[in-house]
Amino acid sequence: MTINEQQDEYIASFEFIEDRFERYEYIIDIGKKLPPMDEKFKTPGNVIKGCQSTVWLHAEYVNGLIYFFADSNTQIVKGVVAMFVNIYSGHTPGDILNSEMYFVEKVGLQNFLTSNRSNGIVAMLKQIKLYAFAYQAKSLQP
Amino acid sequence: MRGSGLDVGKIRREFPILDRKVHGYPLVYLDNAATTQKPVAVLNAMDDYYRHINSNVHRGVHYLSQQATDACEAVREQVASFLHARHSHEIIFTRGTTESINLVAACFGKRFLQPGDSILLSGMEHHSNIVPWQMIAEDKHARVKVIPINESGELVLDDLEKMLDSGVRLVAFNYVSNALGSINPVKAIVAAAHRRGIPVLLDAAQAVQHLDVDVQDLDADFLAFSSHKIYGPTGIGVLYGKEEWLNQLPPYQGGGEMIKTVTFEKTTYNDLPFKFEAGTPDMAGMIGLGAAIRWVQDLGLQNIHDTEFGVMSYALDRLREIEGFRVVGPTDARHRAGVISFLVGDIHPFDLGEILDQQGIAVRTGHHCAQPIMDRYCIPGTVRASLAVYNTTAEMDRLAAGIEKAITILG
Repeated sequence: MTINEQQDEYIASFEFIEDRFERYEYIIDIGKKLPPMDEKFKTPGNVIKGCQSTVWLHAEYVNGLIYFFADSNTQIVKGVVAMFVNIYSGHTPGDILNSEMYFVEKVGLQNFLTSNRSNGIVAMLKQIKLYAFAYQAKSLQP
Repeated sequence: MRGSGLDVGKIRREFPILDRKVHGYPLVYLDNAATTQKPVAVLNAMDDYYRHINSNVHRGVHYLSQQATDACEAVREQVASFLHARHSHEIIFTRGTTESINLVAACFGKRFLQPGDSILLSGMEHHSNIVPWQMIAEDKHARVKVIPINESGELVLDDLEKMLDSGVRLVAFNYVSNALGSINPVKAIVAAAHRRGIPVLLDAAQAVQHLDVDVQDLDADFLAFSSHKIYGPTGIGVLYGKEEWLNQLPPYQGGGEMIKTVTFEKTTYNDLPFKFEAGTPDMAGMIGLGAAIRWVQDLGLQNIHDTEFGVMSYALDRLREIEGFRVVGPTDARHRAGVISFLVGDIHPFDLGEILDQQGIAVRTGHHCAQPIMDRYCIPGTVRASLAVYNTTAEMDRLAAGIEKAITILG
């Protein structure tokens, strides 16, 4: 699935679920399905700054594709983080850097997190793009 | 004073904001330990001040300046009477509890702290009663010592006498904990400190709105509180200090008002209380604080306490019916004021707070600016529901139902 296809799928799901609390259940469920993150990657260096909850994000670069691994100590944020992982994991640095993130606004994801915590969404996206930028630079090295 | 059974319905109508809806639900405001809402009496007093008497205090010879000065100084008298202080010049206006504590830490530290000395704090302090002391201690090569707390959120005073050794220069602690709601045994600690001639600063930010605070009876040497937590405006607070202590401290900030004479060679300082009030004060804030105290006194602090105690007891009983609910701090309503800090099962406080917010219930989540307490209990934080006189048992039912709904989503 492309980055945009996954974003569109989330947008469609949220349109389908009308009840606010059922949407929370949906987000939390996405988090529960996220493959567990290896404890050795839960290092201070992998903590996303700007999140009130603790969020860890780790990336690996295999055969030209970036794979993301993440976790959070809170269920709602973990669900949000899982959406990001599902959208961006398994794509090339170029695809990630050239993509536009529109699902957060379309879904109204910021409304699911109080403003202090939605700042973390920005920090999360920034970190994903930073990984992509770094791996792209690495791949361009002679 | 109104009758002992307060008419909470009538009180609620005095708070316009309580009519608000949040996320489509009638607001249940349970973040009063962070800041209380303001009654119409306070809003009107400040509006009236700006409309009719606004003028800079103390310096003008004109009519309005005199009127503003009289109105502000009347509030100082009012605060002195509210705290049962001996003199009104023992009341210093500050920006709030934080500034009051910073003032004492800076000025007391400058005058009295020597290398190797210590300041004794409690383990349940707000960061604003920790960090100012750490800052001055670092500056003076002194240190901070801590009275421990037990599992029930009470101070462990067994070793207090030993902790009050000859190096301790001041003891600072809160009357009521903002994170746990514990009411601390002020008199016992003050008496122990005074037996060794050590002064005590009391952080009363979470006390003055719930309990009748008598500085002479408590024998506190310094006491701090904020207007905005007792139904008054933000940006104004109080430092009470015994005259004999305040007179020994150097000024905090330099500027207008705090001087007697200024030449480039030498400046002499004003008398109490103005020595500590450099610059134009928050006049409208003072007027608002005066109105708030009047409003509180009109209800009667004992009546406020009794009403809140009833709602608190009801809430604790109702919330304990919820599976996995546990109080962090004192379990007995008689030993607490204002705050119910809790956790439910292994649900993270942020998640619970989020789902409560979606139901129009405003609580606070996290460490409540008291990280050492959370470390003590090895928890990431708590959910804190904090009460004011306008909260009702029906709102406690909404809180309980809100938590139950959150459990179905998060559990």
